Amino acid sequence: MLTIEEILETIKMVQEENLDIRTITMGISLRDCSDSNYKAACQKIYDKITRLAGPLVKTGEEIAREYGLPIVNKRISVTPIALVAEASSADDYIEYARTLDRAAEAVGVNFIGGFSALVHKGFTGGDIKLIESIPGALNFTERVCSSVNVATSRVGINMDAINMCSRIIKETAKLTEKNDSIGCAKLVVFANAPEDNPFMAGAFHGIGEPDCVINTGVSGPGVVRSAVKKLGDGADLGALSETIKKTAFKITRMGELVGRTAAKRLGVPFGIVDVSLAPTPAVGDSVAEILEEMGLERCGAPGSTAALALLNDAVKKGGAMASSYVGGLSGAFIPVSEDAKMIDAVDAGALSLEKLEAMTAVCSVGLDMIAIPGDTPEETIAAIIADEAAIGVFNHKTTAVRIIPAVNKKVGDRVEFGGLLGHAPVMAVNNFSAEKFSRRGGRIPAPIHSLRN
Amino acid sequence: MNKLKDSPAGGRIVITVIGPDRVGIIAAVSAILAEKGVNILDISQTIMQEFFVMVLVADMTEAKIDLVNLKDILARKGEELKVRIDAQHEDVFNFMHRI
Repeated sequence: MLTIEEILETIKMVQEENLDIRTITMGISLRDCSDSNYKAACQKIYDKITRLAGPLVKTGEEIAREYGLPIVNKRISVTPIALVAEASSADDYIEYARTLDRAAEAVGVNFIGGFSALVHKGFTGGDIKLIESIPGALNFTERVCSSVNVATSRVGINMDAINMCSRIIKETAKLTEKNDSIGCAKLVVFANAPEDNPFMAGAFHGIGEPDCVINTGVSGPGVVRSAVKKLGDGADLGALSETIKKTAFKITRMGELVGRTAAKRLGVPFGIVDVSLAPTPAVGDSVAEILEEMGLERCGAPGSTAALALLNDAVKKGGAMASSYVGGLSGAFIPVSEDAKMIDAVDAGALSLEKLEAMTAVCSVGLDMIAIPGDTPEETIAAIIADEAAIGVFNHKTTAVRIIPAVNKKVGDRVEFGGLLGHAPVMAVNNFSAEKFSRRGGRIPAPIHSLRN
Repeated sequence: MNKLKDSPAGGRIVITVIGPDRVGIIAAVSAILAEKGVNILDISQTIMQEFFVMVLVADMTEAKIDLVNLKDILARKGEELKVRIDAQHEDVFNFMHRI
């Protein structure tokens, strides 16, 4: 029998500490939608998405009500479109993006991910067409998210792809200039991209995945922060880790419950729970605040990397016990614009781009939702992406860059995206040039420890 | 996973009432449950920081209503009584606190 304390603990997590299921994401394979006629392909894509994801939002809402657990987002990820569109003779793939957008609107989801290409070792014709279509696709659509995988630990780093992506990022910023370059907030450049990630903007449905699958992403920075707070200032770091582990276990169990229930009701297999701490701009829903509760004056202060490493590891340990299948990104996210205390830390001068880069070595994702001056050269952006990819490739982890070179903005200005994407102060970039290095192009070979066979 | 019911109408639910104490809260909640055929299995209550907290476990196997609609009725009654009334499927708590 449950005790009254246990029941109240759960209720408090939801009502006061922002425990929620961040997303139920339906992964849909579009591999059977290829067609040499792009119009026919788009029709097949629209039909398949709306057929499979039709009941997704309603089912999510029902589960949320029955369990009393908010499910913030219902989303869709699809096979990287470069793979699907390649068979067609279309000159660009913007029509595919429009189709995804229409399908997403029809089923009522706020984002659809998978306008993507995997080019860690090189490009096919379809990959190039897709990447060249990204600025237009993000400009003409509202819900479509795009990603490009440019590196893996197995094959190394494709600098040509990085150079191309940094040009595309600048073009996207320019095209969506009147909305503070919001297009870039929906474009992720990955190293070691996971194939079952339910979180946007980097979600896509990998090629080893089944026809249709349900993945969930949990959240709950507020719950962790309040557990850390309850421990008090006297608790040592081992005790901190232990408490975070137990809390992460409880949070992840909710993801497992909701994911399995949703999969069962929708009649599709359950994939994974992404054990992550995903902040939102809401007060009390911040990862930076956990670090501050652990004893740092501000996120970004010396000690931030160590504190984040402890946090990230404890979340994974607790989460791994709670779910039969853990996957996706699984770790703490440190996006700047989506976390109120990260924004404060930047404003206070506590958090720099370089410190963020160091922190990404010990947590999931990477340089995420960072606004930089609009006049930052393409080659510098490429070098920033290469640095981040190197951290991922050489440490066998996922890293990503979602950076916004906000047109006509300078350091100290702000960009406003609204909603979950939040707002961000424009951060300073090291002005010394990396032009010659970036322009060399080619591939950085895979690290020696990729030779495992 | 066999505890998960396909039908939201089946299985056990946990109803929680939190708010300032006043006459008639238990009566009001149990009247609704009786009318809808929801069987009360256990009631416990406590006072926490001046707030009245009641936790009620009930069985919906014979219920004439599903959980989502029951929630609405209870929430409206809660507004009337100036307390917060929630109803959730028991699995939420079991999943979080029991392995």
